[in-house]
Amino acid sequence: MATSDKAKETFHRMLEGRGTLFAVLTTVAILIGGLVEIVPMFTASLGPQPLPGVRPYTALEVAGRDIYIREGCYLCHSQMVRPTRSEILRYGEWTRAGEYAYDHPFLLGSRRIGPDLQRVGGKYPDAWHYEHMRDPRSTSPGSIMPSYAWLLQRRTDPADVTASVRALRTVGLPYSDAEIAGVPASLQAQSREIVARLATAGIKAEPDREIVALIAYLQRLGVDGRAHIPPAGGTTPAAVSAAP
Amino acid sequence: MESSSLGQGKGGEVQFTLPHQAAAPAYDDDIVKLFLIATVLWGVVGMLVGVTIALQLAWWPANLGLPWTTFGRLRPLHTNAVIFAFGGNICFTGIYYSMQRLLKTRMWSDWLSRFHFWGWQAIIVAAAITLPLGLTQSKEYAELIWPIDLAILVVWVAFAVNFFGTIAVRKVEHLYVAIWFYISFVIVIAVLHIVNNIAVPATLFRSYPVYAGLTDALVQWWYGHNAVGFFLTTPFLGLMYYFLPRIAERPIYSYRLSVVHFWALIFLYIWAGPHHLLYSALPDWAQTLGMVFSIMLLAPSWGGMLNGLLTLRGAWDRVRTDPILKFLVVAVSFYGMSTFEGPMMSIRVVNGLAHYTNWVIGHVHSGALGWVGMISFGILYWLVPRLWNRPLAYPSWATTHFWLATIGIVLYTVSMWAAGLTEGLQWRALDASGQLKYPNFVAIVDQLHPFYLLRMAGGSRYLIGAIMMAWNFIRTVRGREAAPGGAPAAAVAG
Repeated sequence: MATSDKAKETFHRMLEGRGTLFAVLTTVAILIGGLVEIVPMFTASLGPQPLPGVRPYTALEVAGRDIYIREGCYLCHSQMVRPTRSEILRYGEWTRAGEYAYDHPFLLGSRRIGPDLQRVGGKYPDAWHYEHMRDPRSTSPGSIMPSYAWLLQRRTDPADVTASVRALRTVGLPYSDAEIAGVPASLQAQSREIVARLATAGIKAEPDREIVALIAYLQRLGVDGRAHIPPAGGTTPAAVSAAP
Repeated sequence: MESSSLGQGKGGEVQFTLPHQAAAPAYDDDIVKLFLIATVLWGVVGMLVGVTIALQLAWWPANLGLPWTTFGRLRPLHTNAVIFAFGGNICFTGIYYSMQRLLKTRMWSDWLSRFHFWGWQAIIVAAAITLPLGLTQSKEYAELIWPIDLAILVVWVAFAVNFFGTIAVRKVEHLYVAIWFYISFVIVIAVLHIVNNIAVPATLFRSYPVYAGLTDALVQWWYGHNAVGFFLTTPFLGLMYYFLPRIAERPIYSYRLSVVHFWALIFLYIWAGPHHLLYSALPDWAQTLGMVFSIMLLAPSWGGMLNGLLTLRGAWDRVRTDPILKFLVVAVSFYGMSTFEGPMMSIRVVNGLAHYTNWVIGHVHSGALGWVGMISFGILYWLVPRLWNRPLAYPSWATTHFWLATIGIVLYTVSMWAAGLTEGLQWRALDASGQLKYPNFVAIVDQLHPFYLLRMAGGSRYLIGAIMMAWNFIRTVRGREAAPGGAPAAAVAG
């Protein structure tokens, strides 16, 4: 034992005299963990499983997601329902990996200063979101969220959204040439639907405002997954019964 | 090559002491002064932003109705400022000071040293402009947009070339333990930064990562956790290994322990990232690896803590009177405490309660305020009188700063533990019929208000201490030069 310790120390003393070798061994030591954990994520058997029925975001939803990122919404709101009874009761079906298939970047969040938003799509009418962004306390008394009234004024730029959609295609989202060329028309069509729904609630909004894009994104959250997740039961992980 | 004083002691044990401090060759201390000034400046700015966003959680109108000052835009500014501006600059201060002395040579290239300094400060200014404008990649601690990421890469490569160039022209044979930790810092930050920021630009200000969904999340938390590991831990352990023995005037407790804990720490740390994604839909095998390696990480972390604390054996009487040693002892103790808390929080069931709550914020700050902040303050108080050759203007303020900061950390962590447990338990509480006991989320948020106020009180104390330190340094630098041969350290130790 003593001899082997001594041998090791001798080796390490040698190493301390060789800067390049020291740096190389350090690099090897720190690459192993990252490679073992990250590389299998790109394989079909060990990586996240796709969920059929999950579709890429529309142009207006991409614009809304960019606003969600710009305003740092993910710093207070998570997008990940954990597979426990209390989470499912509070937010809805727990999140499957495949639901994030088109999320560049991911927006799981790390803190719930406000509630999780993974299943917020379809939970409230468009008018609720409009009022909530204008004055969060009008819909959620006691909320500590700041007002985002400027979203009601600022405009979405179709050229900017086209650039986003184009870049998203480069990272792997399946948008066709026709879809990219049709971004301005698609923005207009979906915006008008939302503006019409807002009008029925007595809210007069312009279709090119950022609030409309953000509503489109929020109303899409978790919808594809909810529609295509198999009924609870056999697929629920053991953790659900183990944790409250 | 000159031999260092590292040599065979009694019983074949390698005596592990700092290389002898020979008559100073022409070291470049101007670069150390520059980084030191930047450290103090950005430290105060970063902590001020922290107190501001703490106020916003206690009183939401504190953004004054402006988009640029909302919590969502300022929180990244706070984290980037304290990690990369304050933390980065103190690392560079300590590294440029210590590696010249440990390797007995001037930095390889003064030009690269200046390029590194001004480049790094320009990046910080760019961050301070873009983040409030909402220009962000959204990845935590990697928010800066792609043109700034490219600038970081260029500046980091310049630093690395200068760093390894200095090692190549060193005048001592063996690399002291502090240098090992610096090597891991320089290499790993480069690897993390490149891999996590691979993205396709849409415009000058916006890009999308090539990874999707949970793969992106895993890459990000591999980065994010190792930003803690290799930006806020290994370089600071390097600083501990240089400054603690010098300030305490004691040799490092154990050479063998430093070898074992260095290699174990850097090998294990890199695996721990997935503990940020427990109970997510990340494949189970990856979650379990993250948890298991996080728990194992306790051993090398405590190896470092024990090596630091035991180095003080025989010097404990000085801790009572010397504020610098007080800062260092509390720093190493908080390092031990937060590296115990971290592995515990990585256990799946514990994480089920702690994740998403203020407990995590408390944990981060016991590491950031307790370990990173306190060791930085200790080093700064030791360096300023030496670099400027002037006695500290207000020695007693250093002790006041120490107590303000220590009480501030306690208020911060205790309030965040209480807040985290409150929300974590209420989120999951079920009544007798199996339904949610607290279905109204806002009502739970409302109960956290007193804890948010208490946290702000703690953070404010910590900030006031840092401002006192900054003022103390300004008065010191503007004061009269010490008489030749005088011992500037005595001014603080007294």
